[in-house]
Amino acid sequence: MARLFISRDSTALSLGADNVANAIKQQADSKGLNVEIVRNGSRGLFWLEPLVEVETAQGRVAYGPVQVEDIASLLDGGLLDGTQHPLCLGNIEEHPFFKNQHRLTFARVGLTDPVNIEDYIAHDGYQGLKNALNLQPADIVKHVTDSGLRGRGGAAFPTGIKWNTVLNAPADQKYIVCNADEGDSGTFSDRMIMEGDPFVLIEGMTIAGLAVGATQGYIYLRIEYPHAKIALNQAIESAYQQGYLGDNIQGSGKTFHLEVRSGAGAYVCGEETSLLESLEGKRGLVRFKPPLPAIVGLFGKPTIVNNVISLASVPIIMDKGGDYYRDYGMGRSRGTLPLQIAGNIKYPGLFEVAFGMTLREILYDYCGGSASGRPIRAVQVGGPLGAYMPESQFDTPLDYEAFAAIGAVLGHGGMVVHDDTTNLADMARYAMEFCVEESCGKCTPCRIGSVRGVEVIDRIIDNVDKTKNTELLRDLCDTMLCGSLCAMGGMTPYPVLSALNHFPEDFGIETSKA
Amino acid sequence: MQDYQSQKPIVLDILDSHQVMPGNLLPILHGIQDTLGYIPPSAIEDIAKALYLSKAEVHGVISFYHYFRTTPPGKHTIRICRAESCQAMNGKALENHAKKTLGIDFHETTPDEQFSLEAVYCLGNCACSPSITVDDEVYGRVTPEKFDQLIAACKGTK
Ligand SMILES: Cc1cc2nc3c(=O)[nH]c(=O)nc-3n(C[C@H](O)[C@H](O)[C@H](O)COP(=O)(O)O)c2cc1C
Ligand code: SF4
Ligand code: FES
Repeated sequence: MARLFISRDSTALSLGADNVANAIKQQADSKGLNVEIVRNGSRGLFWLEPLVEVETAQGRVAYGPVQVEDIASLLDGGLLDGTQHPLCLGNIEEHPFFKNQHRLTFARVGLTDPVNIEDYIAHDGYQGLKNALNLQPADIVKHVTDSGLRGRGGAAFPTGIKWNTVLNAPADQKYIVCNADEGDSGTFSDRMIMEGDPFVLIEGMTIAGLAVGATQGYIYLRIEYPHAKIALNQAIESAYQQGYLGDNIQGSGKTFHLEVRSGAGAYVCGEETSLLESLEGKRGLVRFKPPLPAIVGLFGKPTIVNNVISLASVPIIMDKGGDYYRDYGMGRSRGTLPLQIAGNIKYPGLFEVAFGMTLREILYDYCGGSASGRPIRAVQVGGPLGAYMPESQFDTPLDYEAFAAIGAVLGHGGMVVHDDTTNLADMARYAMEFCVEESCGKCTPCRIGSVRGVEVIDRIIDNVDKTKNTELLRDLCDTMLCGSLCAMGGMTPYPVLSALNHFPEDFGIETSKA
Repeated sequence: MQDYQSQKPIVLDILDSHQVMPGNLLPILHGIQDTLGYIPPSAIEDIAKALYLSKAEVHGVISFYHYFRTTPPGKHTIRICRAESCQAMNGKALENHAKKTLGIDFHETTPDEQFSLEAVYCLGNCACSPSITVDDEVYGRVTPEKFDQLIAACKGTK
């Protein structure tokens, strides 16, 4: 029997992976060929999806991108034995885009059957939990602190310090909340983990529960991710069945329960306190801090709120040790960051790599430049609240501090590439418009400032009192930067000002260097 | 619009099954919208009563979230991504094409009640922009031609 792998990742599905899987099954059946199709996560080379991999004696052989029309010739040509064909890519792990990655958090994504717990365990799954069950809570926290892991959701706050705060907060009930709102445009690494290796997130959350004494976890999942919800719920059910969740985890007497809750299409609910309000069944109004959620969080109890990737990186840290993880990276940015390269780019995908690589290497050496073949003009890194970076900044290494030093943000590691047909004044206007749309309304600089921002940018574009209005825009950005309660209003000026500073010509502003 | 009396038992059932869940308002609203396609305004009173909230509070929550709707959707809901990655790949042209083809703007439903059009900000499908969803399915690298095919396929399943 031939074993095939075809992804169940939403992006693969968006390119027809289900049709390909069904057609292969049907055509193989009608030829009397025996095939088993495993629906795996995606390898993250999205220009090659739908990707079909076949297991052979020499390892897996990949073909892609496969369309339904290709299947007859593939089957006739010996797809099931891994033989040559124009679509044959060989072993995908030898592909330069894959081979040069450091797959720690994503080690299993694309390799295993995402919802098969035996497969997870056979590929080093639950080793981290096993170690954690033999440790005191403070020692688990110490491993995480030693790893140097910083929150991957955007703010890059040291995870170990957050955990320690929750550990030391006395309470009858504590919670672990996974922030799976992944609202940033240009990002999809959380989704790929949840669809491609949900157990690693479940394991990470379970370890977090042991570390701080929390017995209940929630995954706050954005409604736009229906396939992730299905995979998570399948995995959670099987973890309960196998005693990896519940009241007596692996006979240890320890308890951890886990539930998925759906968001409802509000970007601001990715902000941790807004998320907690939403979980409590309220409008997602951002809370004043302090108190920190680590002290007064969900339902008023001490709560860890961590991003999906932060939590999914914990199992390998607990398996191989904090030092192992910390040995990757540069400066104070330790470990790996799963980059997501999207927009106008020839080879879009997920690229997990140690901190330190430059933007230019990623964009040109691995991702092949723009999809349109035109020059890359700007890259927005770090989501809709991240700065637009011009070509002159492409040598910046991927490092939180290096980005911060030039007024940019690495955030969740998403990069959206624009070629020279993009007008950055339009993008600045859009950034303000997005803030109007998504502001929770609690503070004035954000709620009113964004509305004014759209108007002022319109006037600049329309050439009305350009100098005066440009000054006004800078003033307004200053007010939003300094006076907003959260980064929604506080960081909307990043894309706006970076567009204005690096691409003034798009606003019709003469540059002095010209 | 359907008469609420026929929907009420469903709403009460959903309220009943969520009684002991902490933070149950969003799950309840999802349950209702998943089943009925929208949250009937008349349901607000029942929800408020069951949760010991004011009607204003329930209404405030529904209106805060873009996803919840209080009017019946068309037979098919099309969501078009407006966010940056999709913009970088001609998403704006696709948006205009969709509005023109369907003859409606965002948050509207065609007069024949076949299609509702909604804006979304990122579907996590940015590696294959521009992206849309048709009901529960996501589609990548959507050209105007592909959009027309998807619409035609929906009409085929009337
Ligand atoms: C407007 C706004 C949206 C945010 N959206 C997300 C999100 O979608 N996912 C996420 O993990 N963090 C998001 N954050 C960051 C969270 O507030 C918080 O820092 C994070 O969940 C902490 O987890 P971490 O330390 O593991 O990164 C957002 C912040 C703001 C201000
Ligand atoms: S900055 Fe905007 S989103 Fe954040 S609290 Fe203020 S109004 Fe709400
Ligand atoms: S920006 Fe459109 S799918 Fe992400």
